[in-house]
Amino acid sequence: MKIHEYQGKELFRRYGVITPRGFPCFTVDEAVDAARKLGGGVWVVKAQIHAGGRGKGGGVKVAKSLEEVRAHAKRILGMQLVTHQTGPQGQKVRRLLVEEGADIRKELYVGLVVDRGTQRVALMASSEGGMDIEEVAAKTPEKIHKVFVDPAAGLTDSEARNVARRIGIPAAALGQAGELLQALYRCFWDVDASLLEVNPLILTGDGRVVALDSKINFDDNALFRHEDIVALRDLDEEDPLEIEASKHGLSYISLDGNIGCMVNGAGLAMATMDTIKLYGGSPANFLDVGGGATADRVTAAFKIMLSNPKVKAILVNIFGGIMKCDTIATGVVAAAREVKLSVPLVVRMKGTNEDLGKQILKDSGLPIISADNMAQAGQRIVAAIKVNKAKPKAKPKPKPEPKPKPKPEPKGKSKPKAKSKSGARSAPKARAKPKAVRTRTGKRKKK
Amino acid sequence: MSILINRNSRVMTQGITGNTGQFHTRTSRDYANGRACFVAGVNPKKAGENFEGIPIFGSVRDAKAETGATVSVIYVPPPFAAAAIWEAVEADLELAICITEGIPVRDMIEVRDRMSKQNRKTLLLGPNCPGAITPEELKIGIMPGHIHRKGRVGVVSRSGTLTYEAVAQLTELGIGQSTAVGIGGDPVNGLKHVDVLKLFNDDPDTDAVVMIGEIGGSDEEAAAEWVKKNMKKPVVGFIAGVTAPPGKRMGHAGAIISGGKGTAQEKLAVMEACGVKVTRNPAEMGKLLKSVLR
Repeated sequence: MKIHEYQGKELFRRYGVITPRGFPCFTVDEAVDAARKLGGGVWVVKAQIHAGGRGKGGGVKVAKSLEEVRAHAKRILGMQLVTHQTGPQGQKVRRLLVEEGADIRKELYVGLVVDRGTQRVALMASSEGGMDIEEVAAKTPEKIHKVFVDPAAGLTDSEARNVARRIGIPAAALGQAGELLQALYRCFWDVDASLLEVNPLILTGDGRVVALDSKINFDDNALFRHEDIVALRDLDEEDPLEIEASKHGLSYISLDGNIGCMVNGAGLAMATMDTIKLYGGSPANFLDVGGGATADRVTAAFKIMLSNPKVKAILVNIFGGIMKCDTIATGVVAAAREVKLSVPLVVRMKGTNEDLGKQILKDSGLPIISADNMAQAGQRIVAAIKVNKAKPKAKPKPKPEPKPKPKPEPKGKSKPKAKSKSGARSAPKARAKPKAVRTRTGKRKKK
Repeated sequence: MSILINRNSRVMTQGITGNTGQFHTRTSRDYANGRACFVAGVNPKKAGENFEGIPIFGSVRDAKAETGATVSVIYVPPPFAAAAIWEAVEADLELAICITEGIPVRDMIEVRDRMSKQNRKTLLLGPNCPGAITPEELKIGIMPGHIHRKGRVGVVSRSGTLTYEAVAQLTELGIGQSTAVGIGGDPVNGLKHVDVLKLFNDDPDTDAVVMIGEIGGSDEEAAAEWVKKNMKKPVVGFIAGVTAPPGKRMGHAGAIISGGKGTAQEKLAVMEACGVKVTRNPAEMGKLLKSVLR
């Protein structure tokens, strides 16, 4: 789970991390009021979306008068903000953060992440703030300083001050900087974060160290003990199909291709996507139905896959280990009937009662294509889509990809992928919000 | 022979009274020598009772003392699973296999830290793993027993169903397995690829190994480097997630490409450079292994 910058800063402040003063706003009038309340002569109007790169996309503007605050707020609120992390369709801006301007002497970077190798939390800090930190890591690794924190001791005073010194904090500010790093570590640990970044962390003209930005991702497995964090969730920022899937206990990720796939197990699901690609197709999603592929769950999975209008065929790959293939087949047939499936369906089942399962598929009278192994499944699904495509338009070389894939950036931080926003219209239920979602803001926005 | 578990292992189930614990203890007990091997269950509230004839003890320590069990399989729910692992470690079991999925990473960091600082001897397999099976001897975990066949090929993998896929391919080609081990898909876990490869390397009854990885982390790279220097037996590999986009968690908590690291391409390249034969086609894991057998 992710939260907005202003929510992250609220969390930071609870741990004693200095941030600029600011208010979240949902309307232009609120933005102007916020600026008035803050006083001073310089404000920053910042779009609040979960994706990074907001500044470059025009989502962060400095204002030197209340009129400018109004003008910026008016332009940013409601815009489709396109950044390198949103995909070409962008993300609609529904919230703003209006902050007091900061006097920046130096921009730094600090991040915390779980390091798998040492099985500890790694604190990374750099004198090169404000830039893409992956780029810094690749080009000048010596400028990134790391501490692998002993979980029993926490980040110690000397570790914190040492890092602060290495990233160029002047002696006078070392004490405060060290405390700030320790506070960030405590915050990361307490809230079960999986990633925490401040980029930039700044040194101000008057020698204070201030968190000018915040980015926090949380360990989904630990949310059960953080009701207050769950209350910060903003469903507008998430893919409605992924939300709908999670309600059914399905793990679903939208991708750019046109072959829907439903698989049990994460590893096999990835391997199935890879197989589709290997035979010249392109997967429309990752979908792990988990252990119990009951008729209800399979039906839910089919509905979710098909609400993506790009889906032109579906591949089901189930390794029915403990679950029996006849049960799965019954589920698939029921689901195909209920959704009145109109795209080609290839089913590959393996395991107990395989023959019985295949017979059920055959007896259903539905045009289900059976496959005996993964290679066959890959070949048949790609062939099925080509046949379907060849009918309306006799192209010499039908390519299954409907649009060029945005190049995956090699140095991407955790970035939300291009999502099929178009899928939203067919899953209206998914946008129903739990009441808790906006409670922390104290504001409610009419939709 | 085999690694980690065999017909002489004596096993207890932590969380034996929950639905999952019951179901899989039953299927494991019914496989090969399971009836002799599954000797105890643990539930602090149900000491003195039994599960279908398997006696239940109030603690791991009691279960070990009374039955001589030295292996534990853990089905305890996520909020309490790390504590269950620690209980097994404190009782000095030889091996704890944690099947539970969804344990907070912070809990795992803490328990792993205590294990290493106190130099504990217990090996941890998992969490979020299918377990381990030595075909026709003993199955501990949630994998379907019937797809396995006794033989001389080791299998080690981060994922469940993909392991079954590999095993089924081997069995179909008439190639049996010495032991199949699922190390789990979580970012902070116990045994890693390299640890299991070491065991296979030393096992006189393993001739070759299939190593299956997925995106995220650098365990596969570390294992490949070790293979290059030390492995006396052929290793073949597959990495799932060539098509996975960066920044998206592919089901497993550990399966995520972040900071440009942990891509399938990168892993495959390192493995190849280290002499591990790889395939990019998951349908050909069995065939590839067959090609390296003498």
